[in-house]
Amino acid sequence: MIEVRNLTKHYGDKKAVNDISFTIEDGEILGFLGPNGAGKSTTMNMLTGYISSTSGTVLINGIDILDDPIKAKSNIGYLPEIPPLYIDMTVKAYLNFIFDLKKCKLPRKEHLSNICELCKVTDVKDRIIKHLSKGYKQRVGLAQALIGNPPVLVLDEPTVGLDPKQIIEIRNLIKKLGRTHTVILSSHILSEIQAVCDRVIIINKGEIAADDTADSLSKKISADHRLIVRIEGKKDEVLYELRKIPGIKYVRADMEREPGVYEYEMEAEEDKDLRREVNKIVQEHGWPILLMKSSELTLEDVFLKITMGEGVESHLNKLKGTDGGKKQ
Amino acid sequence: MSAIFRRELGAFFTSGIAYVFLAVFYLLAGVFFNMYTLSTSTADMSGMFSMLFAVIIFLIPILTMKSFSEEKKQKTEQGLLTAPVGLGGIVLGKYFATIIMYICGVSIVLIYALILSYFGSVDWGILFSNYLALILLGAAFIAIGMFISSLTENQVVAAVGSICSLLFLCLIDILTNYISIDFITDILNSLSFYTKYYEFTCGIFNLSSVLFYISTAVIFNFLTVRVFEKRRWS
Ligand SMILES: Nc1ncnc2c1ncn2[C@@H]1O[C@H](COP(=O)(O)OP(=O)(O)OP(=O)(O)O)[C@@H](O)[C@H]1O
Ligand SMILES: [Mg+2]
Repeated sequence: MIEVRNLTKHYGDKKAVNDISFTIEDGEILGFLGPNGAGKSTTMNMLTGYISSTSGTVLINGIDILDDPIKAKSNIGYLPEIPPLYIDMTVKAYLNFIFDLKKCKLPRKEHLSNICELCKVTDVKDRIIKHLSKGYKQRVGLAQALIGNPPVLVLDEPTVGLDPKQIIEIRNLIKKLGRTHTVILSSHILSEIQAVCDRVIIINKGEIAADDTADSLSKKISADHRLIVRIEGKKDEVLYELRKIPGIKYVRADMEREPGVYEYEMEAEEDKDLRREVNKIVQEHGWPILLMKSSELTLEDVFLKITMGEGVESHLNKLKGTDGGKKQ
Repeated sequence: MSAIFRRELGAFFTSGIAYVFLAVFYLLAGVFFNMYTLSTSTADMSGMFSMLFAVIIFLIPILTMKSFSEEKKQKTEQGLLTAPVGLGGIVLGKYFATIIMYICGVSIVLIYALILSYFGSVDWGILFSNYLALILLGAAFIAIGMFISSLTENQVVAAVGSICSLLFLCLIDILTNYISIDFITDILNSLSFYTKYYEFTCGIFNLSSVLFYISTAVIFNFLTVRVFEKRRWS
């Protein structure tokens, strides 16, 4: 269990983290979501005792990280933003060193080979870390955090640099670990957090913008009223028909994707489900639909939505106007 | 601490620093042994020992330059500082690994003495006094070098900074020649690394000198710990 109370960190005049409080229960996976510079890594560095807080307390399983750092740290497995790897060592030698460093009491050979299997580094265990690819380095970093089977795992952007297949595997691994561990992981990818975490804390400019379960968050920010559709048909006619949908706010044609096929981006009022309306129109005119998806919210959208509540629409429109094509 | 000690000792060899240090030290010690002892056909090794004082000023920074600066640069210190070990353990683990590496180097003089003992009588008392002095001096210098390494993440800066600091410490002796105020020269003499070392090379075993070197080592190791504490709190 992790308890954080009124945690604050100042760098000179700059407030990197400002008065945040939260609790993570055993067996819970908490996602820390925020854009670059939000203060995710700074918070995690304070949780793990790497840097001290300006004020506030951190309790790891009831132990204050500043009062009894050694005992508190022995409860934590930490994967920092940049994995702390000794690049001149082989993977095996490095993991053995971490095993000794953490004064781990588990049976060495068995424990290390289990972890190598979990993180899929068995194949490279005799190679020098310097020569590994970024994804493999990340996996060795994760393996390092798991050594000693600590009850609390702090993972700073654990899937950065991994290939899509690995990302899914590591997410599943984290989910599995989450049943028996307290896990906190950070990311600036909304879908990743939604896929893995029970609970999400959104942090922006050092402050908590939202603290909610993943499910209710995805309801709040679901975007059925915003669609991306590919329709085969004359661009002007399609646009004309789509703009007639009641409650529609804007429709925009993107580039021609295939001969005669354009992509349209549209948004209606919040409570409107556009999908049926669009279907009706294309059926009437006999235009085939080649793709339909709800446009994913970017992190900026989510912040605006969560922090600004009502008056959000105008902001969203402005945002769409300037970087409409941007995906998270 | 023992994990850090072992890793550090291994790292001297994987990074090649150990080979550079040992090769240069053996070479220079050999040259001075030949120059001052063999070619003069005496069994007196003190000439070699006083030259080694100058040699280690330049060689110890090679051993210490990487110790903390490299950890900082590669971000591996984050792993050490979030592991369940105290700062004292981290600093001392590295310190003792460096001392052992250093002792591997300076112990060559014992082999020279053995060789010498075939041809003439070696004064083992003076020899061990010299050997001890070399180790104590190294212990103090290594603590200073590691302290400087903890201040920067650039190992070249650490090396140059250490060499300059160690040279400056020796400059104190030269200063005493120019200052005629008694009590200042007294103070400077009591801070002098070389005067104490010189006493040893003459076979004078002075407990206060031993304590001087050891307390220098303790103070600088303590300061290194403070550097890490301070950085954490800034
Ligand atoms: N050592 C430092 N000195 C001064 N400012 C710092 C320091 N470390 C972080 N900051 C500032 O604190 C803020 C939060 O940084 P932090 O690294 O926690 O962001 P983050 O959420 O992890 O971002 P990212 O997604 O890029 O990893 C940033 O504005 C950063 O500039
Ligand atoms: Mg970060």
